[in-house]
Amino acid sequence: MNLSTFNQERIVLIATVLVVIFAAIVLPGFLNVTNLISIVRSISVLGILALGMAIVIIGRGIDLSMVAIMAMSIAWYLQMLHTGYGETEALMLVLLAVVFIGAVNGFLVAYADVPPIFVTLATGLFVFGFVRSQLIPSDAVTVPAGHWLEAVGAARFAGIPVDVFVFLTLAFATFLFLRFTKWGRYVYYAGDNPAAARNIGIPVRPMLVLRYILSALFSFIAGLLTAASLLSIQTRVINSNLLYDVILVAVIGGIGLSGGKGGVRNVLIGAALIGILLNVMTIANISLLLQNLIKSTILLAAIILDGWLNPRDEQTAQQGDI
Amino acid sequence: MTLRERLHAWRYNLVPDHIIGEILEKKWTDSAIPFVVLVATVVGFGTAIPGFFSPYSLQESTRQLGEFSLVVIGMTVVMLGGGIDLAVGAIFALSAFAAIATFFIFAMPVWVACLAAVGTGVLIGAINGFLIGYIRLRAFLTTLVTLIIGRAIFEILIVNYAGKAQMSQVYSDLWDFIGDDTILGASVPVWTALIIAVVAHIALTRSRIGWHILAVGGSRRSAHNAGIQVRKMVFLTYVFSGFTSGLAGFLFATRLSGAGIGTGHGLEILALTAAVVGGNSLGGGRGSIVKGLMGAIIVLVMTNGLIRLGYGTGTNQMVLGVLLAAAVTIDIRWLKNRHKVLNEMYVAPVYLNMVDAPSAEAGSGTKYELNSKLSQARSIGLGEVEGPEDVILDRNDNLYCGTRHGEVVRFFAPDYTDWEVFAHVGGFPLGLAFDKDENLISCVGAMGLYSITPDRKVTRLTAETRRSLTSIVDDAVLRDPNDLDIAPDGKIYFTDSTKRYDAHDWTLDSIENRGTGRLLVYNPEDGSTKTLLDGYHYTNGVTIAHDKKSLLFCETWTCRIHRYWLEGPKKGKAEILIDDLPGYPDNINRASDGTYWMAWLGMRTPSFDLSLRHPDFRKRMTRRLPQDEWLFANVNNGGVVKFDDRGKILMTLGDLEGKSHPSVTSMREHKGQLFIGGILNNRIGVFDIEGADKTWTAPVDYWGEK
Repeated sequence: MNLSTFNQERIVLIATVLVVIFAAIVLPGFLNVTNLISIVRSISVLGILALGMAIVIIGRGIDLSMVAIMAMSIAWYLQMLHTGYGETEALMLVLLAVVFIGAVNGFLVAYADVPPIFVTLATGLFVFGFVRSQLIPSDAVTVPAGHWLEAVGAARFAGIPVDVFVFLTLAFATFLFLRFTKWGRYVYYAGDNPAAARNIGIPVRPMLVLRYILSALFSFIAGLLTAASLLSIQTRVINSNLLYDVILVAVIGGIGLSGGKGGVRNVLIGAALIGILLNVMTIANISLLLQNLIKSTILLAAIILDGWLNPRDEQTAQQGDI
Repeated sequence: MTLRERLHAWRYNLVPDHIIGEILEKKWTDSAIPFVVLVATVVGFGTAIPGFFSPYSLQESTRQLGEFSLVVIGMTVVMLGGGIDLAVGAIFALSAFAAIATFFIFAMPVWVACLAAVGTGVLIGAINGFLIGYIRLRAFLTTLVTLIIGRAIFEILIVNYAGKAQMSQVYSDLWDFIGDDTILGASVPVWTALIIAVVAHIALTRSRIGWHILAVGGSRRSAHNAGIQVRKMVFLTYVFSGFTSGLAGFLFATRLSGAGIGTGHGLEILALTAAVVGGNSLGGGRGSIVKGLMGAIIVLVMTNGLIRLGYGTGTNQMVLGVLLAAAVTIDIRWLKNRHKVLNEMYVAPVYLNMVDAPSAEAGSGTKYELNSKLSQARSIGLGEVEGPEDVILDRNDNLYCGTRHGEVVRFFAPDYTDWEVFAHVGGFPLGLAFDKDENLISCVGAMGLYSITPDRKVTRLTAETRRSLTSIVDDAVLRDPNDLDIAPDGKIYFTDSTKRYDAHDWTLDSIENRGTGRLLVYNPEDGSTKTLLDGYHYTNGVTIAHDKKSLLFCETWTCRIHRYWLEGPKKGKAEILIDDLPGYPDNINRASDGTYWMAWLGMRTPSFDLSLRHPDFRKRMTRRLPQDEWLFANVNNGGVVKFDDRGKILMTLGDLEGKSHPSVTSMREHKGQLFIGGILNNRIGVFDIEGADKTWTAPVDYWGEK
């Protein structure tokens, strides 16, 4: 057994197991079924977001507008229901808007050559600002009584909330897409070396647009589940650290930020570690502020480790790739 | 001329299209869009908000602007170095807290508080710099994470200690002075921002460290290869950003004497937007402090204005998002396409109606009728010289010529088989002339007027004249010095063919055909250069007339010879000597029998003459076709013409088969022989002139025996 078998994925897996063992011994109530279910449920929204983020990151991009799209699309959707739009009408409009924002992200990245970080930062700001100032009257919007989201939130299969199944289904679908479809493989090629991918005839730019549309749709689904479990959507979630948790899950799971590496398995492992960690900290009664500090320090460590394991390729890294 | 053609002439000769290309060439066009936005923002919100320009309101806004500008200056420097610093929001907040804690809780003097704030900033900046510069992490994500960590620490500190600071009874006049008072009408933050901006500007534009930072931002790999300590430079930019943000935090602390959870929240987005909106490029290398400051004013006026106009939550973010996306996209598209647009736009042809000239075809029986006599010329240096635009001989019969490699080559008399590089000047030495002391004076294309002493010392005489008042691109510079001659009093008269194109792009000038050629004089006594005439279509050969009372110069694209009077009643005036030549005249030199030799670079063709009457056609041609398919002036057939003082054509020499001298740009008579040069040729020709004076040499004839 040599040193190279300790890749990031295994280290994280070992760390997760250690945390579980530690928590099981020290924290009473960690191992009981209710808590375990709540862990799984808490990571499903995070995991769905991380799946979308993973698709984008593998293609050498990043999507900072996910949380804004998640919160604001659902807020507008619920608001429309409150103001008398029909169910299909509202759903269609929101889906259209979500796809549109994803397409704008992709278009600016692919065809205008703007770095994804700035594009998605700007669209995230815009989506929040526009919906908050023009479309909804207050920070939080509730789910109307008797809406199907209530049923989704309350539904259980074998005692497990439906969120978990949605997450697992999406994870499996993403796995199939990335591993077994032609366009899925192209994501890796384009992320590994965009110029070479373009030279061999892969439609790099339309695919970029597709990836950002996918991540926007994943955000929308995550938003639906959030609204289903909380029966309302709080737009202030934009200001929270949720977005960084998503990046944390992807990076800590071992999806290299320089693109072309990683897969669904990494998201699952990352989500497991983060979900368990958050749960442990909550049970151990660590304040939310301190939790933020701990999480962000772990993220920093993960990024340093990522930079060390996947050093930036000076040959294919573009000038100004920040 | 039909009405249609007349309208065309007006359209293309009166509308100054070429200005667009020249303006685009200017660097300040980068700042034009941000500047317009700045003016529009200030005027727009200034009129929409009552009392916007009132002294009190301005005082408060500028105080905030001073702090914000400091942060933006730091962000700008980091961006110029090719990075980005999102941690400013956390640095600002933590520094403000450090100042407050030091002053109110620990009751330390104000300067210690300031030091604590700045120290906090520098420390966090150094951490960022270390991670990004030395460990080479990605700037955006790394500073994003340090931002979150910083904010988390700040929030914990604020929750625990804010109350304690508020209860404090500590009081200081200095603290209040910094926070509330003004010096000479401006508040302390404004002065601080101004000083830091000036220092940073000077450091960036005029110091080694600033240049190194810009070099790293411009091209990291090249900077590394040039021996610049890339990692250290990147590190320093973050330290500087930490320093300015720390200072801003201190000023904020003195202004509000407190800090809350919201302090510095979202500041990083504001600062980033400001830096980009001002016109600083992402990825570094292009931008300036001034651009950052412009962006700071735009963003602050806009966000504060929206709040004061009472727009609800979210409006600010919406506007910022649009602003950021638009600025980044415009910046990137502009950077990418400016060169392309410039290339397409630059050539702006004008209308010119060339009068039909007598034919020069063999057998036409006109005075210009060409023959094939030049094909009998013997070759000198065949295949050894490239582009001898001008040739000249000294008193010892040695032959000199310039080459496209930037050298002046000397062939030794009597057989001209041995040669040496007489001097290396650089550029493309074109016109040559000997002065009284046998210094070789040369017009060097793209460089200026140079003198080479007999012992090969090269000195620059002049490279610029006075700039004309209406010029957009600096026309003081001599772009294409072409030919010269020296008056008996030592003054050097020379031509600068075009202001629009560099020497090697002279063919483009033929397509544009805009009259921007000049005749200039250099006075060796006081070293001054004066423009005598301007606005000719490619001024070219120059020679002093035999009586030394006037000089002759030719205007290539209009095919004319002009006489410029040096003395007499018409002193300082120019008149046309020969009009409507069938070929494009190049150099002119004196002949032994009191007449002149003139070279024809090429012959006019009906097709190109026709295209000169259709500027729209040439414009389309330059925009839509690749350059090698353009219609240029013909330079495949030229010749030599002899004419007298009254402009009468005496003789022509040509090489109709184009064997050895298809295009001729110069010729010198020396002891009964004619030496022939061509800018596109690979040899110098020698031609025996029938009945010429076998003892006549130009230096003796002009300067006298030595």
